Parts: sequence; C-alpha cells; structure tokens
Amino acid sequence: MKYLDEFSNPDLARKLLDQIHAATTRPWAMMEVCGGQTHSIIRHGIDQLLPEGVEMIHGPGCPVCVTPLEIIDKALTIAAQPGVIFCSFGDMLRVPGSTQDLFGIKSAGGDVRVVYSPLDALNLARENPDRQVVFFGIGFETTAPANAMTVYQAKRLGVRNFSLLVSHVLVPPAIAAIMESPRCRVQAFLAAGHVCSVMGTSEYPALAEKYRVPIVVTGFEPLDILEGIRQAILQLESGRHELQNAYPRAVRAEGNVAAMRMLRDVFEVTDRTWRGIGMIPNSGWRLSPRYRDFDAELRFEVTDIHTAESALCRSGEVLQGLLKPHECAAFGKQCTPRNPLGATMVSSEGACAAYYAYRRLDLVQIS
Amino acid sequence: MCLAVPGRVLSITEVDGTLMAEVDFGGVRKDVCLQYIPDATVGEYVVVHVGFAIQRLDEKSAQETLANFERLGILQDEFGDGFSRAADQAGVER
Repeated sequence: MKYLDEFSNPDLARKLLDQIHAATTRPWAMMEVCGGQTHSIIRHGIDQLLPEGVEMIHGPGCPVCVTPLEIIDKALTIAAQPGVIFCSFGDMLRVPGSTQDLFGIKSAGGDVRVVYSPLDALNLARENPDRQVVFFGIGFETTAPANAMTVYQAKRLGVRNFSLLVSHVLVPPAIAAIMESPRCRVQAFLAAGHVCSVMGTSEYPALAEKYRVPIVVTGFEPLDILEGIRQAILQLESGRHELQNAYPRAVRAEGNVAAMRMLRDVFEVTDRTWRGIGMIPNSGWRLSPRYRDFDAELRFEVTDIHTAESALCRSGEVLQGLLKPHECAAFGKQCTPRNPLGATMVSSEGACAAYYAYRRLDLVQIS
Repeated sequence: MCLAVPGRVLSITEVDGTLMAEVDFGGVRKDVCLQYIPDATVGEYVVVHVGFAIQRLDEKSAQETLANFERLGILQDEFGDGFSRAADQAGVER
C-alpha cells in the first residue's frame, strides 16, 4: 500500500478500499473511459490497490489521441501557410502527424500559438484582421461548448477571418462500439465526469440496459475514482446493470441546459474516424450548415493528404483497451515522449504517457 | 484535456454582449466565460474547462479539489506555458 498515504484523505481511501475488497468475490474488468482518469489511476497506483483479478482497462477518452491522422495532417498543412495564425491547446503540439508535428511547424517559422481558451483565438482574429486565424477545435463533449460558443460569437460579431478546424468526438457511441467489439472484455464502465457535467446522464441508462453493463459516472481525483470503482463492483457483484452517479457534486442529471442548447445550434452529429480505432457511426460533431462558413476544412480546401501511421505503433489497441502500454514492443524503446510514435505517448491524457511517467522504472525492474 | 478546475468568481462583466467573469484558481486569475452558468454570482465557485464555466460547485468541494490539484502540480500544468512544456518533452532548447 505504498501509495495510500499520498491520497488527500488516506482514511477515506482506506475505507473505500476495504469496502471494495470486502465486496469482491471474483475477477472483474472495468473500463475508465477518460484519459484523465487513467492518469489518476496510474499515478496513484489505484489499479495496484484493488483486489487481485479486478482489472482497470484504459479507455479511448483521450481526445488528442483519437483525433484522426488526416485532420492532424490538415492542421499541419494549414498552420504552415503564410498569413495564418494557427491556435491550439498545448496538448496538441507534439502529437505526431504523418511526417511532423505542430511544434516542428512552429520551429520552422509557422505562427502556431497555444491558447488557454478558444475565445483567446477569436480575440486574436479581431486584433489581426489581415490574418486568417484558425482554432484547432478538438475534444469530447466537455470541450465542445467552448468551441460552439466561440463560433457562435464569431458569426454574431462578424469576425470573418476566424475559422474552426473541428474534430469533436462523443462518448456514448464509443461505449457502444466497445461493447459491440468481438474482443470486448469490459464488464463495467466508469463514465467521464465532466462530459456528464455538460451533457447530463440521460444517454446512459439505455446503454446500461442494452449491453447489461453497469455505468458509473465518476470524477477524476483519486478518491472519486475509488468511489466509482466501489459502486461498479457493488453493481457487478449483485448482478445489476444501472446508471449511477458517483460524482454528484459536479454532475446533474439534466446536465448544463444552456450549453446543450448551444451545441444543438452550432453542431450536427456526423460519423467520425477515431485514430487507431476506425470509423464509429454518429460518433462526432461537425459544424451545422448555419456555421459552415467558419469551417477551416472548407475555407482552406486542403487536399492531397496522404496519411502514414507508424508501422510499429500499437496505440489503436491501447485506446481500445486491448493492450496495456508496456506490452507494446516499442514502449520506452523506439517510442518515448521525446520521440513519440503515437499520440498516446505525448498527450497528458494518453495511457502510454501515463505508464511512461509513473511506471517506467517499476517496469524496468520487473523485466 | 477534460480537466476542469474549480475557481471562485471575483467579478462579473459583460464584454460585447457576452457574460464574462474574473475567476481565481488558487491564486491564478483568468477571464472565464459565464454564458453557460449565467446566474452565477460573485463569491460562488464554478467548474471551469478551457475558459468556460460548465457547472457550479460547493465551496468545500472546490477548496479541497484546488488544494489537491496544487499539491499534485496540476494547476501548473493547466495554466503554465504550453510551448515550454512541449519543448521540455521534446528535449529541445527554448
């Protein structure tokens, strides 16, 4: 129990773990959907504190990691154009495209800027009317309201030199795709808390019922994750498969109604390819026809993209929970944060990055 | 990137017809869009993701989370310089 004293409240952590151990009578495999949860689990060694046979399978909830390679390559092509200010969250800078990354574009003289909020990119567009300002709008339902509001404001304020390169992805279709996979081992889900802060929980009871799988809305801090696991184990052990909310302090069943209204106005559902996983029907958002003028893909008409993934990288299997990062032959050898083969090694929510940051020395000792 | 950080609303203003707030995150202050929590008031805590308040949070939970995030260095990651972090990761001179 070497990690327990690092919890903010070790006594509460101990109590939750005791209940998990007391309730568990057999092996279970559950997936934490969100990459932020994966990092918390690996950093605090939560998976190593669980009863033997209870396995945490790491899910696809790293938006940077699942952004399709074609979109990354388009981003790189647009960012390299003269007259463009290309704005992104910092997490995207070192995600490998087919031949380079945004950090390399910046080093080669491209005007790539890291912003805290997409509204910062809109302000840059207003301050630089003679430049094209593009924001790389990726993310799950948590991030989409920010990008939606920014495009809405661009239209309302008539900021014509602003556009969004959009590649949003959605959690519920991904849960369905995982359950439909013939190789699926997942018996319960810890759903992503902040996705539900925005969207509420109404999409999940039907999934829990259809796939007979417990879904527990879970936060990101270590104690939140232990509580999510505890509720999932109690459901599994009693043969129930329901939606439960283990993160009520930040998630209301109805979600954020104002944000959902904006999302419905600005975006429409579309099929989306997930990097390493493939196309999942109706699993993304794109700009609705009313806002197409602000779509960077249309404005820049980037064609002639020839994507090429690393032949060694197995991040697709990692993202589907079929492979643990250290089981990849390239992990820590050909693939490191300094020289990443896949996005999962550089994103702050990537499973490979988590294992590299917090487990690498343990893994070397074991081998 | 799905990280959301609780912060305390210090002041509320309207900028170009948009509700904005100055929010304090354990000492770091940022401009935050309040359009999705329009009835938030000064002194309340909100959960903020990429510059947008997406839910409210009670004060006790917010302060516990902030203390936790500060201890774990998460606030520094969230509000630090993205290029410096990328350069460190890439192992190149800045």
